[in-house]
Amino acid sequence: MSVSASPSLTGSFTAEAFAAHLGRVKHLPAWWLDRKRAAFERFASLPMPKRTDEGWRFSNLSTLTLDGFEVGRFAPTELSVSPFSGLAAASLTFVNNTLATRTASAAEIAAQHGITFDTLQNALLKQGDLVKAHLLAQPSKLGSDKFAALHEAFLEDGAFIHVPKGIDAKLPISVFHYASGPNAAVFPHTLVVAEENSRITVADFFRSKETNQPHLACGGNDLYAGHGAQVTYLAMQDWSRQTLSFQFNATVARRDAKVLSLNLHAGARQARHESFSQLQAPGAHSEMLALTVAHGTQEFDQRTLQIHQAPNTSSNLLYKNALLDEAKTIFSGLIVVDPDAQKTDAYQSNRNLMLSDEAEANSLPGLEIQANDVRCTHGATSARIDAEQEFYLKARGIKPTQAQELLVFGFFEEVLGKIENQELHDILTDIIRVKFKQ
Amino acid sequence: MKPITEIETGASTENPVVGIDQTAGNFSYKVDYAFDAGTGLNEDTVRYISSVKKEAPWILEFRLNALKKFQSMPMPTHWATKDLENINFDKIRYYLSQGQKPKRTWDEVPDDIKKTFERLGIPEQERKFLAGVEAQFDSEAAYSNIKEIVAKQGVIFVNSTEGLREHPEIFKKFFGKVIPTGDNKFSALNSAVFSGGSFIYVPPGVKVAQPLQAYFRINAENFGQFERTLIIADEGSEVVYMEGCTAPKFTTSTLHSAVVELVALKGAKIQYITVQNWANNVFNLVTKRGVAHEDAEIKWIDCNIGSRLTMKYPGVVLKGERARGEVLSIALANDGQHQDTGAKMIHAANNTTSNIIAKSISVGQGRSTYRGVVHIPKHLKGCKNNTECDALLINTNSRTDTYPAISVRGDQNATQHEASVSKVSEDMIFYMQSRGLTEAQAMSLAVNGFINDLARQFPMEYSVELKRLIDLEMEGSVG
Repeated sequence: MSVSASPSLTGSFTAEAFAAHLGRVKHLPAWWLDRKRAAFERFASLPMPKRTDEGWRFSNLSTLTLDGFEVGRFAPTELSVSPFSGLAAASLTFVNNTLATRTASAAEIAAQHGITFDTLQNALLKQGDLVKAHLLAQPSKLGSDKFAALHEAFLEDGAFIHVPKGIDAKLPISVFHYASGPNAAVFPHTLVVAEENSRITVADFFRSKETNQPHLACGGNDLYAGHGAQVTYLAMQDWSRQTLSFQFNATVARRDAKVLSLNLHAGARQARHESFSQLQAPGAHSEMLALTVAHGTQEFDQRTLQIHQAPNTSSNLLYKNALLDEAKTIFSGLIVVDPDAQKTDAYQSNRNLMLSDEAEANSLPGLEIQANDVRCTHGATSARIDAEQEFYLKARGIKPTQAQELLVFGFFEEVLGKIENQELHDILTDIIRVKFKQ
Repeated sequence: MKPITEIETGASTENPVVGIDQTAGNFSYKVDYAFDAGTGLNEDTVRYISSVKKEAPWILEFRLNALKKFQSMPMPTHWATKDLENINFDKIRYYLSQGQKPKRTWDEVPDDIKKTFERLGIPEQERKFLAGVEAQFDSEAAYSNIKEIVAKQGVIFVNSTEGLREHPEIFKKFFGKVIPTGDNKFSALNSAVFSGGSFIYVPPGVKVAQPLQAYFRINAENFGQFERTLIIADEGSEVVYMEGCTAPKFTTSTLHSAVVELVALKGAKIQYITVQNWANNVFNLVTKRGVAHEDAEIKWIDCNIGSRLTMKYPGVVLKGERARGEVLSIALANDGQHQDTGAKMIHAANNTTSNIIAKSISVGQGRSTYRGVVHIPKHLKGCKNNTECDALLINTNSRTDTYPAISVRGDQNATQHEASVSKVSEDMIFYMQSRGLTEAQAMSLAVNGFINDLARQFPMEYSVELKRLIDLEMEGSVG
């Protein structure tokens, strides 16, 4: 590391910036402020990733700069409402870390269903113990300790969803996170706690208000599924093309719980996504899905970890990337089967569809197995569109561009088809379609 | 994994978990060494080795340069096992020799060495069937027999010292070019202190009918073996080389760090076969790589059964159009063993293809790891890679890892990678037991079935030996 790198250990996120942030959240519980101080210490002392760090293999490190950002301040007059009408049955919208609007009926609708759907700040004040047990409670294991600490230190507000025992929340809950203004830094967070035998669908949307401004987005989500709970979580990342984005996911699945998380990656200049699933008790299942449309010079860096800690658990990972132009993707996944986690059934698959001669796909699918009675497989492929399929469509008079689009959607449908909610399915499809038109 | 800091000796190696009598195959034999560089490594050691071997000044310079690189490079423990830190470089002897010249006929070989070979199970008659035997006794080739027919074809088959001294015009050009000194810490170490190993040159169009063979053995406490092999197959030629290892058990760790370079010129074919069965206190840290030119083919058949820690990733640089690279790998890790093996395929020309098939078996608390690299850079087209890794776990506490890395650029290439982990199916064992086999026999048969399609590609005597070794390792692993 060169000497010039050392002043940027904290970049724009200096002790002064942190003190100013603490001033804005000083009404929150003391335990949380203590944790934030500890997190800031970690962030400030940890080095930036180095070329020799296995967790950053193939990543472009020179562009990971934290300089030139400011913790975005919200100006309410600038706000326009969420772009997805029809879905906003219950939604919260955050702009630059601050709650901007909530659909008038959000709290009532949620209450009718017996759900708590509130801001993280309110939850910290009203349901402190519950938040303490689950908020950022899992370790950072995938290499981004420094950036995860940054997230914790500067996390100002986010969404909190609590589904009590036995409640089946039929409507999907959506949360919009916006970054606005030049060089805005945002720290979105969504915490989902689903108690025994409950069911919930949550969708996170990440957008930049201006599509041509550089932003720093350093967000996270915690998904906790109690015994028999079913959690569906969708994240649609569509930051501006100048954004540096980090997303950290921690999923905990208890006995017979089922968690499905789907990440759609479309935006950002460089986006790193870390997903960490723990299958803690028999019968737990985690479905980890991701779709990436990479174009221009975008870099998508996805790191995943599935830990099977108990017997009879299962997980299924399917990450599909379509690469255009000079885009670059990295997929690094690891399945860990602890000793005695017998009868584990784990699958991990990374498919790269190469649509350009300049694109670059890197796959690092890994396994660490310490029990013998398991079924663990992984696969990784990189290839172009099947020439025969393309020919078939062209022979039926379909234009080459259209044929390509059809085949790409065919490629993605394997993942999209797992979303049961039709509206969410359509929104995802739209984002992908818009991206292809660019 | 907990690092193993002490190596068990004698009767205590008998493991209650697997019940394998590990004293079987425990060869240790007292021999007198005429030349000994002492323990530890510094410039004097390197100068001593070079002077004993009466080397040209450029080789000494090459060695000293490598020593500097070795000393400056860190241990690769940021990705590799921490067990590497247990190597004490100061306790290792870097050069030993009985001062013999390579022998041409069996009769000239001293009796005490013959006796050691007998214990190793190399029958005297074998040389009648094999093309040439380059049997390495410690760091110097103790026995070298090139059959007339091979020499008549113009094939040069000598040890590394002789190769550099007698045929510099052929070997200097390629020596250290496929694997540069600074490729990794252990290739640098080898470059500094190498002795022994084979140098082979096959002239254009010559097809060597019989496989060339070399046996290696280390036989002194704390003694590391650093052989250096360079095989050049000139245009349109074909050669098969076999390397087998077996070693006695020692009380302290030994280090084996070889460098093997292969060059297959236009249209040439090289097949390199290894059966590695070091004692399980040996660190076996080997760098193997080949360059395949236009239409050439390099095939590594790599079988690892012994050693405490093996780190070996045979690679092929596919430099010419339509070149082909293949790695077939079998690893068996028993208690206290870590087989960290794999393959590297570097595509550097259009329409090159590579194939990797790796099978590993973990027994008891053994750990086997597959690590691989497949690299297809920009603006190439028609490159294909296929990778399959299968792991078999025998006991409940066996361990396996898979860490592949695949980089593809552009839309004109295709790669596929698949890995699976499984155990021997209970149905299969039940079926065999119902036909009167014991559980152990059934297990042994199932394991042999697991690797059968790979083992079949081995030359007959190796596949027989492999089967025997697996039976031995599997004894007592069930029930």
